[in-house]
Amino acid sequence: MKDQELGHLIARVKEGALSRRSFIKKAAAIGLAAPFANQLLAFNGVAMAQSKYEYKPTKAGGGGPLKVLLWQAPTLLNPHFASGTKDQIASRIFFEPLAGWDKEGVLTPCLAAEIPSKANGGLSADGKEVIWKIKPGVKWHDGKPLTADDAVFTWEYAADPATAAYTTGAYKDIKVEKVDELTIKVIFPQPTPFWADAFVGVTGQILPKHHFGEYKGAKSREAPANLKPVGTGPYKFVDFKPGDILTGERNADYHIKNQPFFDTIECKGGGDAVSAARAVLQTGEYDYAWNLQVEDEVLKRMETGGRGKISAVVSGDIEFIILNTTDPWTEVDGERSSAKTKHPTLSDPKVREAINLLIDRDSVQKFIYGRGGIATASFVNEPKQFKSPKLKYEFNIDKANKILDDAGYKKGADGIREKDGKKLKYVFQTSINAPRQKTQAIIKQACQRAGIDLELKSVTASVFFSSDVANPDTYTKLYVDMEMYTTTQPQPDPERFLNQFTSWEVANKENKWLGRNVSRYTDKAADEAYQAAQKELDPAKRAALLIKVNEIFCEANVILPLLSRTRVAASLNNITHDHSGWDVDTWNIAGWYRS
Amino acid sequence: MGAYLLRRLLIAIPSLLGISLILFTVLAMAPGDPFSEMATNPNVPPEVREALRASFGLNDPIMVRYLRWLAAMVQGDWGFSFASRIDVDKLILQRVPTTLFVVGSSQILALCIALPVGIFAATRPYSIFDQVANTLAFVGFSLPTFFTGLLLILIFSVGLDWFPFVYRSDIAATGWRWYWEMFRQAIMPITVLGLFQAASYTRYVRSAVLDVIRLDYVTTARAKGLGEKTVTLRHITRNALIPVVTLVALQMPAVFGGAIVTEQIFRIPGIGSLLIDAILANDTPVIMAVTFVFACLVVLFNLIADLLYGWLDPRISFG
Repeated sequence: MKDQELGHLIARVKEGALSRRSFIKKAAAIGLAAPFANQLLAFNGVAMAQSKYEYKPTKAGGGGPLKVLLWQAPTLLNPHFASGTKDQIASRIFFEPLAGWDKEGVLTPCLAAEIPSKANGGLSADGKEVIWKIKPGVKWHDGKPLTADDAVFTWEYAADPATAAYTTGAYKDIKVEKVDELTIKVIFPQPTPFWADAFVGVTGQILPKHHFGEYKGAKSREAPANLKPVGTGPYKFVDFKPGDILTGERNADYHIKNQPFFDTIECKGGGDAVSAARAVLQTGEYDYAWNLQVEDEVLKRMETGGRGKISAVVSGDIEFIILNTTDPWTEVDGERSSAKTKHPTLSDPKVREAINLLIDRDSVQKFIYGRGGIATASFVNEPKQFKSPKLKYEFNIDKANKILDDAGYKKGADGIREKDGKKLKYVFQTSINAPRQKTQAIIKQACQRAGIDLELKSVTASVFFSSDVANPDTYTKLYVDMEMYTTTQPQPDPERFLNQFTSWEVANKENKWLGRNVSRYTDKAADEAYQAAQKELDPAKRAALLIKVNEIFCEANVILPLLSRTRVAASLNNITHDHSGWDVDTWNIAGWYRS
Repeated sequence: MGAYLLRRLLIAIPSLLGISLILFTVLAMAPGDPFSEMATNPNVPPEVREALRASFGLNDPIMVRYLRWLAAMVQGDWGFSFASRIDVDKLILQRVPTTLFVVGSSQILALCIALPVGIFAATRPYSIFDQVANTLAFVGFSLPTFFTGLLLILIFSVGLDWFPFVYRSDIAATGWRWYWEMFRQAIMPITVLGLFQAASYTRYVRSAVLDVIRLDYVTTARAKGLGEKTVTLRHITRNALIPVVTLVALQMPAVFGGAIVTEQIFRIPGIGSLLIDAILANDTPVIMAVTFVFACLVVLFNLIADLLYGWLDPRISFG
């Protein structure tokens, strides 16, 4: 990292000798992506750039209805209970956080008057305090003003373990104080470089104290407002039938001028992704459909009618394979794949290296995922500053064969390699899903040509992704040799995401396989780099530490990244929307319009 | 009759209890849990999941949970959905009108087709009309509703752009426009379900009529010089319909089940799609309640069928 050069550039931006845009360009030239450059500027006292999204309508309303098709229907409207994206999307229409993330990973104010920075006194030098100023004049849908009390209450509500809020991770270790009617102070127990978690994005939506005040803790389910939200958002609640339809009408008092454009909003649920795409791209019955995990070929065929378009934005989600270095076929103390055991052959780094060479990522992207994913060798890919520049992937069957030959694995009569009587035969599991089964087949074929036999196993998604302790087929148990799935990176900062590479997160019997480290592979150097990153306030150094954690696992070939996934949505040609891979699709729904 | 009804209702209680116990046990032992989405979310600490499990009572033994469910059910408390945290009875009541409308209309449509076609075909056995009707009926019930549904969508929504294929429970219109919109969106699902039912009813009506048509009393009626129309309608049809009415009654619960697929295709917010969503989300209280409602329907319609038998054919007594 060219620290000095950067420091010089930043100084020039501060003096005004260099524009922000040219700084970002220059930073890009030395290998830094725009979001990172922005973060660097913010850290060094230059306020973050505003979103580039252009909003054209000159008055609010008059746009008629906006019809959104969520093929997985929303079931509840309290953002702090929203387990799945579908509920977060629905509740974000009514509730808002202090700030959200745009598609470039830039923090953008919503209910905040400004983004805290060192320059405006929002960020303390020791990294332990953040001061948020709330936008004045914002009103709840019932006309009461939004104040600091609501933010403080939201913290109390989500932090209370009895509430069992899904967002509690962002709130339970912090303290929030009211400074004045429109200012709050967030206090962290230790220097926290990634401070934009509480009150931000998906986890940050602020609840009105006067509606939820009595329903904190164990009574949280009983709050009438759980199903009849009163928020600050661009649309007011009209009606909700869980699992079916949600309707809202324009909030005439919305706090952003000339927004929203549409008079009513409707979110219809049910069905499947393919027919949702059809309802937008082919029949035009709906304006927008989200989360189209459909084979790209199918989408392209539907697009030919010319009614609508597909948009894909980058996200931090990653489709990857875990090679199990522990023994899944021997039971120790009532658990298989125990960290105390060693896999007979996969614990050999040479075998793992060979398998990594047998994965044809380019074909998987080209023939299966299309716009839905980008082939990669790095576990963290977005935002770009956290992507390892070092990691490269290669598909080379000859090389894999040579490595295995050199390592002493000889082909037997059945064409399967073995050494010391241990055969290279593995069970490879994933969830049932067409692209995944096709990917499995591609990998199996290549492995066959290198003398490795894969038995393919597919588990229904509701079992695979469950935390059912009694079931041996969950992905966290990893009772097989290798498995493949997608894991979601919820924030543009990968710290919490990367905890799945730490030793204290190993999934095992004691923690009922709830630990986040599913591979069970541990490395002291990774642990140390992770812990150092948690306290490192210099964004460049911090990124380097997190990249190191990522590299240790990828270079050991325990984690084999496949594709950096994108989030795909369909919309009618005349709809301008703004969806982001770092926040929910509706994060800026106030700014959508029809031209 | 009254005593018979009472006895039948009393027998229904242990059967329903047995059904509910089996359902509950199977569901409790089935893999998956309602908080799976949290497992993949790094922002949710495991404690939260544990707290939720505890507060929803999922950590208790199956028998304890069953007895608690039963006790609440007897008092009219159906529990609440884990997914949406609203009371299950509210959730079901929201869906019932739509299902009744779609399933009911499709049944009426099916009978409107099956009765005349079946009777007409049976009175002229092996005529061209009979053969065409038979073939069509055969094709009709061989084609699954998910296929015909998709076919209609591709023809009438994507191709011709006549009807919407997304069914909406609330239509933002009033008066005649409302009826028109309702008709437009319901026409495809009702056709799909109605034609499927009509196909099997037609064959049934035809064979029932054929059974009656050769009986002596029909010959007697003809011999008395009654017109063919009177004989067919007054003498044949009335008797032939006894088993048909029973069949329709017994089919009702199955039709609710059969509509599950159709509801999913057309996004009809009915009981069937509620059940599917609940199964996908492992939302046990909802699955339990919906399947239990189906079980009750089976028992109820069985009883109705038996009563109808006696009413239509006085030779059957309830002694």
